[in-house]
Amino acid sequence: MNPAPSIVFFTTASGAGYGLLFWLGLLRPLGLVAMSPMAALVALVLALVLITAGLLSSTLHLGNPKRAWRAVSQWRSSWLSREGVAAILTYIPALLLGLGLWVDAPALALIAGLLAAAGAFATVYCTGMIYASLKPIRQWHHPLVVPGYLALSAFSGAVLLAMLAAFSGSGAVPALLAILTGAAALLLKRAYWQAIDTAPPIATIESATTLGFIGKTRPLDPPHTEQNYLLREMGFRIARKHATKLRLIAQLGGFALPALLALLALLAGGTAAALALTLGAILALAGLLVERWLMFAEATHTVTLYYRGS
Amino acid sequence: MTCLPEITPGQKQLGLVIDLDTCVGCQACATNCKEWNASGHSGPLPDLKPYSAGAEGVWFNRVHSYEAGEGEAGRTVHFPRSCLHCETPDCVTVCPTGASYKRIEDGIVLIDHDICIGCGLCAWACPYGAREMDEDEGVMKKCTLCIDRIYNETIPEAQRQPACVLTCPTSARHFGDLGDPESKVSKLVAERGGQPLMPELGYKPVNSYLPPRNRSSAAAQPEEASPTPMDIKNPLLRWMDKVLTR
Repeated sequence: MNPAPSIVFFTTASGAGYGLLFWLGLLRPLGLVAMSPMAALVALVLALVLITAGLLSSTLHLGNPKRAWRAVSQWRSSWLSREGVAAILTYIPALLLGLGLWVDAPALALIAGLLAAAGAFATVYCTGMIYASLKPIRQWHHPLVVPGYLALSAFSGAVLLAMLAAFSGSGAVPALLAILTGAAALLLKRAYWQAIDTAPPIATIESATTLGFIGKTRPLDPPHTEQNYLLREMGFRIARKHATKLRLIAQLGGFALPALLALLALLAGGTAAALALTLGAILALAGLLVERWLMFAEATHTVTLYYRGS
Repeated sequence: MTCLPEITPGQKQLGLVIDLDTCVGCQACATNCKEWNASGHSGPLPDLKPYSAGAEGVWFNRVHSYEAGEGEAGRTVHFPRSCLHCETPDCVTVCPTGASYKRIEDGIVLIDHDICIGCGLCAWACPYGAREMDEDEGVMKKCTLCIDRIYNETIPEAQRQPACVLTCPTSARHFGDLGDPESKVSKLVAERGGQPLMPELGYKPVNSYLPPRNRSSAAAQPEEASPTPMDIKNPLLRWMDKVLTR
């Protein structure tokens, strides 16, 4: 599948933003992260900037961005529509959380924070389901895809919160969370990669053409000699041969190093912790861009059976 | 509304039956489809760089050719690929705007180009590659089963069929109600053992493909394979052969 830059950026930025919003809304009311209301407000603003930038970027992927508002109407059947609804609804408690922090109303911040965390979870879940519900793409129609989206979002959000908390004093709990979610995301991605590498194809050229009863089938003449939308969008295979290296880069740079830096920060504390976590956050987001790009580049669509036989 | 209509047995399901035995791969169906639909319900169907290298465009019908089987049992089969107007099409349910829909009255899967946002999710959800993006207008386009022909009362009744069906020189394409077991197309499917494409994905395609017929037995040799009188070099024996075969 074609890794459209707008979508790769959207899942990385909004994913991190929703992860940050989730942990902020959940941990601060529980007293697990010691941040002043002002520091928490900065974290909230960063989360909303990331979310909004990602959502705006995703509309660039549309052929008709001015009609984007129509996308919230079909929540009964469409996960894309549900994602839109969840994303918009999440703004309400997120802004109320901001108000609670601004006027220092702990009760409002508590309730709005928990609701915002629930909204962030729901939105990322819907994003994952958009991909997991597509049957023709076996690498996406997989039970580990939605947990993957949730884990990556939780991880990048935890790293960002740990970084911000370290600047304002203590970031022990979010740093610990960054290590745990980083390890979880790494294990999950490894299990996912192993699963998609060994899974059999969902359909064959024989079942796609009904010609299996004659024997092994192969393409002879293509229907057109030039490109078309299907081949550009679904037949993307550039750099698939670098998948192994890119996976290693994502694992080391995106998960292992940031988790290690979070561990260092946990042990060192102070300014060193803030610097280590800043580097960790940059590495995590860069690694996620690679991983999200791979998620598209490695996915194959059944329409390529008609063109390439595989 | 992108929720699917409930389909009861016997309900009208318009679709195509494509005969892979008689299709000669002439591309007439694809060409006439482009010709009609470029100015019909879904028109225009854009072409990018039509007069230079890299020419491409939106087509609703693509004719592939395949080789199946090995050696003497092998066959060359021409294979037109277009929307199958599935009973349970995911291209409809994934649509976030309600632009993609399946008609209750005849089962045709259509797009409302006035509300499509061009997100492309429906094309991802279609295993058959039936949908192509109109990158000029930024909306998705697909086969309409020539909705503007089959119900068109301004053209003679005999021509109220999809353009691809009318133009096929070998009558390899048939149009009709596949929901009615007594219809001509349903009987054709039953008689010839018509098959759905990729049934394992569960989209329940309405269109059906008739398999290539079995060839006459491989033992039957062409006439040229047996020796002719001229193969007998000895004139006396040639004369005897002539007399005795009389």
